[in-house]
Amino acid sequence: MTEPLTKDRQTWMSVLAKAAPGRLAQLLPALPDHRFLRAPEVGAVMVRGRIGGTGEAFNLGEMTVTRASVQLSTGPVGHAWVQGRDKAHATRAAIVDALMQTDAAPETGAAIVDVLAKEAAVATATRATRAATTKVDFFTLVRGEDK
Amino acid sequence: MYVAVKGGERAIDNAHAWLAEERRGDRGVPELSVAQIREQMRLAVNRVMAEGSLYDPDLAALAIKQARGDLIEAVFLIRAYRTTLPRLGTSNPIDTAKMTLDRRISATFKDLPGGQVLGPTFDYTHRLLDFALMAEGEPPLSPPPEEAVAHANPTQPVPHVASFLNRDGLIEEAAASDATPIDLTRAPLELPASRALRLQALTRGDEGFVLSMAYSTQRGYGRTHAFVGELRIGRVAVEVDIPELGFAVEIGEVEVTECETVNQFKGSKTEPPQFTRGYGLVFGQTERKAIAMSLVDRSLRWNELGEDNTGAPAQDEEFVLYHCDNIQATGFLEHIKLPHYVDFQAELELVRRLRREAQTMQEAAE
Repeated sequence: MTEPLTKDRQTWMSVLAKAAPGRLAQLLPALPDHRFLRAPEVGAVMVRGRIGGTGEAFNLGEMTVTRASVQLSTGPVGHAWVQGRDKAHATRAAIVDALMQTDAAPETGAAIVDVLAKEAAVATATRATRAATTKVDFFTLVRGEDK
Repeated sequence: MYVAVKGGERAIDNAHAWLAEERRGDRGVPELSVAQIREQMRLAVNRVMAEGSLYDPDLAALAIKQARGDLIEAVFLIRAYRTTLPRLGTSNPIDTAKMTLDRRISATFKDLPGGQVLGPTFDYTHRLLDFALMAEGEPPLSPPPEEAVAHANPTQPVPHVASFLNRDGLIEEAAASDATPIDLTRAPLELPASRALRLQALTRGDEGFVLSMAYSTQRGYGRTHAFVGELRIGRVAVEVDIPELGFAVEIGEVEVTECETVNQFKGSKTEPPQFTRGYGLVFGQTERKAIAMSLVDRSLRWNELGEDNTGAPAQDEEFVLYHCDNIQATGFLEHIKLPHYVDFQAELELVRRLRREAQTMQEAAE
């Protein structure tokens, strides 16, 4: 198995991190044999913004994050950092990350990652569509003194 | 100064048991679930996340339930929980130009590229009580019409309004910098504060306080002539460098409200006349807070921009930054209800002595 491209790995790790924990559990009900290199740990990440959207960085506030690292009994290592405090979510995400580096990658990708990515895209598009229905065209009225 | 006291354990236990009962209220009424609070009291959840300085809607909803709807008490619970979490890392600065927008309006440009999107707003409602909500009816679901689907392009970045003015040099620039900002939660607040530090204090500051400060600038106490150049609400990805991998991954999304004001500026010795900017960025759909934050941010910049200090409260960073935190304020305010028996005993002695002396002097004078 060749090393996955960083870009691909970033994408699937992100899809797994953003997935609803319950949905991921549906798609991966049974976990393959694994051991923890890092047991799931709940902590916080400081989220930064930029002044004016583009300028100097500042601390906006923290968000809860859970991280875990696993090694499958077949050898591959997977990592996960996921938003929230769900340890099962982090564990599953790390296991899928490991599976995506094995020969099982095509099936795992199709059955889990692609499904989650597609559902996320549909949800985002639905919300964006909803927002688009509230798009307005303001027009200024002629005021009395301009007559 | 308050003093340590012993005793009262049974009374305290009973008080807490009663508190739990009162929290539950009438058992004939169904109990609220945390999920119900999270979904249906979302703006309260947003406020608790913003002022608690921790983005976790489930925890904020739990805190609101536990605090019986007292939002400052809920913020207190979140702040206390936050201190128990190990800091796993720091995100790369979020890119608000790539926000998936629910709302985006400008009060300065009618026809801005990307359009004005109202989103789920209270604006233009008549503020009349809707008694239908009492009847426990579900609002009808209205699927968006087909033509709207064509307009929606969630993956397309929407440039900020300020960038349009920037092209003509009419507005000050916000040049990127990757300097590590001081973290208010790790280092004591020292003055003068950098703008980055002020923004951290304001974004977690009490909404009521920041609102009043902003309002005071509009009424003339440190006037800054603000227009809402742009207000946007939506979700942005949070990207973190994963140390074990050596690259960055988007590990989640946060909802934020961003407000940028455009302000008159006559120019100074070093700066040409141009528009200046105030900035507000707050967790959640928290529009009032974000607008207020941007006004107060701009007002506190008087020194940097070479403006006059008129002595207005909103220009005084010590006043604003040291009083905007409702947990600090509530802690100090409410501590005076704790036992101050020794202090008070001393005051009592003093007043008695002064009265005795005054009486003696009066008698001597007579």
